[in-house]
Amino acid sequence: MQMGVNKRPRRRRTLAELRRGEQAVLERLDLPEDTARRLMELGFLPGQMVAAAGSAPGGDPRVFRVDGSEVALRKETARHLQVRFSD
Amino acid sequence: MSACGHGSGPTRTAVAGRKTVAIVGPPNSGKSTLFNALTGLRQKIANFPGVTVEHRSGTARLSNGVEIEVVDLPGVYSLDPRSEDERITRDALRGDIPGVPKPEAILLILDATNLGRHLMLAAPVLATGVPTIVLLNMADDLRKRGGGVETEKLARQLDAPVALVSATRGEGLDTVRNFLAGQFAVPRPVELPVLQDVPRCREWSARVGARAGYQAPAPPLWTRRLDRLFLHPAAGPLIFLGVVILVFQTIFTGARPLMDGVESLIQLSGAWMGNRLPDAWWRALLLEGVWGGVGSVVVFLPQILLLFFFIGILEDSGYLARAALIADRTMARAGLQGKSFIPLLSAYACAVPAILATRTIESRRDRIATILIAPFMTCSARLPVYTLIIAAFLPERPLLGPILGTRAAALLGLYVLGFLAAVVTARLLKSSILKSDRTPFLLEMPPYRWPTPRSLGLRLLDRAKAFLRRAGTVILCVAIALWFLAHLPLKDGKAPSIQNSLAGMLGRTIEPVIRPLGFNWKIGVGLLTSLAAREVIVGTLGTLYGIEAAPEKAAEAVGFEKALQKDLSPAGAVALLIFFAFAMQCMSTLAVVRRETGGWKWPAIQFAYMSLLAYAGSFLAYRLVHGGF
Ligand SMILES: Nc1nc2c(ncn2[C@@H]2O[C@H](COP(=O)(O)OP(=O)(O)OP(=O)(O)O)[C@@H](O)[C@H]2O)c(=O)[nH]1
Ligand SMILES: [Mg+2]
Repeated sequence: MQMGVNKRPRRRRTLAELRRGEQAVLERLDLPEDTARRLMELGFLPGQMVAAAGSAPGGDPRVFRVDGSEVALRKETARHLQVRFSD
Repeated sequence: MSACGHGSGPTRTAVAGRKTVAIVGPPNSGKSTLFNALTGLRQKIANFPGVTVEHRSGTARLSNGVEIEVVDLPGVYSLDPRSEDERITRDALRGDIPGVPKPEAILLILDATNLGRHLMLAAPVLATGVPTIVLLNMADDLRKRGGGVETEKLARQLDAPVALVSATRGEGLDTVRNFLAGQFAVPRPVELPVLQDVPRCREWSARVGARAGYQAPAPPLWTRRLDRLFLHPAAGPLIFLGVVILVFQTIFTGARPLMDGVESLIQLSGAWMGNRLPDAWWRALLLEGVWGGVGSVVVFLPQILLLFFFIGILEDSGYLARAALIADRTMARAGLQGKSFIPLLSAYACAVPAILATRTIESRRDRIATILIAPFMTCSARLPVYTLIIAAFLPERPLLGPILGTRAAALLGLYVLGFLAAVVTARLLKSSILKSDRTPFLLEMPPYRWPTPRSLGLRLLDRAKAFLRRAGTVILCVAIALWFLAHLPLKDGKAPSIQNSLAGMLGRTIEPVIRPLGFNWKIGVGLLTSLAAREVIVGTLGTLYGIEAAPEKAAEAVGFEKALQKDLSPAGAVALLIFFAFAMQCMSTLAVVRRETGGWKWPAIQFAYMSLLAYAGSFLAYRLVHGGF
């Protein structure tokens, strides 16, 4: 499907790397079924735009804005959410 | 004393012939607010997800005289449960909970400011085939932030009645009452998604929302502004610390004038009665037992109310969820998930509701660990004991200028000590018998809301009632029983000296055990009675000192601190504080731990562990301060 001939390959990153104020599109949740489902119910669905907001001191856990709500996740969880920058 | 909990008792059995209606909705969508508006009851409301963890029934009286049984339920995101509280909601809808009939209709309450996501819950609820009305709550907020939705169009999509309501303002509640009064119809929505597939459900809700002309509101500006401050890398933790110091300084010094006021009221009324009543044994009982014993506890009412005033502001405003975020690192180091923090915070009020609140924790092992450490958090019953001892032994001096004095700092230190004991214990448990995989921490941040004077007022009123009820029951009974024990056995028709009374003998029997901690027999009697509830020790000492003093001066609590100084050395006072910080002296907590863990095993372990720690801790403290190793 990808016609990547004259496009540079998109950088794949995880949600944990997002800094305050940055946003990206969620691609995939690499988590056990159960956890992934709960995250999806909270709005973390593939294709959704996720923005990083404030955090506890040290950057962990961080609040993410997704689908009209704000949800705090620890880094250890955010690391498993693959995102794509839409630039 | 379930007086401590927030009306968490199990529900009454349903009255035959009455229709039962369940309130279902995502967490923090306003279910309990609606329940209270319909039934006139006072279910606990606060601005963070996971407040309600039990089903609770109440009666709604409609204008046509019909009575309907309404059931408030824990919040859910879907109908497949992941934690104990969510299971309760599913079971209630199936009719699997004894005493709660299967509901004949559902009030589905969704947050209108977040309809895109919340509408997903409509799919499984409508699919149950139970007649449902869809209530879009927070209509006031939706309007203010420029959002909107066409309810008739949404009703057509879902084939169920839809109404915009505001549970706090009472807007649209007539529609709810009309629905309850009418004939229930089974909904047949235009289409429903495959329920197991979350992305499909979300697509469905987006489609349905779009067809109903749903305009999402603008982001909550003030919430974002406040979070920029409260979650600022440097300012955030400083504000957190500032809030903590403010709370402690105020509950220590700010409550003083009020407490002094209550104290003089008690003294004046005692003296007035003493002068008027005939000189009989029951006059002494009344003055020494009731006025001296119960009175010395009632003095602390203003302080407890002030504490609950602060807790109310933190809970209603939504700051609590931010505090949980800031404290999560510490929780993680203890091996606990961040979700444990909210139950632990509520343990500052009382361990009983805190232990119930652990139902929101999905992992059973994490849940048990949280239950086991909750009683280390300084509950409000410890406050009178701490205040009394600190005020008697520690002179007040400013530490941080006028911001923080020595006494408030000592109090704060005791709270920190309890918290550390909890964290260290959790660490031990999680690295040994309760080891488990880490479950992820997911916490929805609620928008900030103004705490309303009404909601704060009701909280304080309920709290005052619970406190006085306890003073009038447990503490009164102990005081009266103790008074008799202190006056028996009669010798030649005369009461013995207090040392030779039954109470004295009891105290002296255990004295050898507690002497190494620096406690004498009177403190020993206090420790025994405080097994019922912690603050009973204050009432007990109040009674004993009342008896020792001349009966006319029994109600004069002024002598309390002086008498205490005679009974305890400074080292003994420190040891007593440590003892109260660690010991498990609360029957209702043990009872609720048994109920929630399903047996005597965990409460027994908890009791043994905490008692041992209390004894060892105060022994060490006494030795260290006393300087004699
Ligand atoms: N602005 C506004 N706030 C509301 C309205 N209804 C409820 N709230 C607030 O929303 C918050 C949550 O209310 P609750 O009734 O405790 O919510 P709940 O659904 O019972 O929450 P859980 O028991 O945690 O699932 C509280 O701070 C309420 O004051 C409303 O109509 N408008
Ligand atoms: Mg509730």
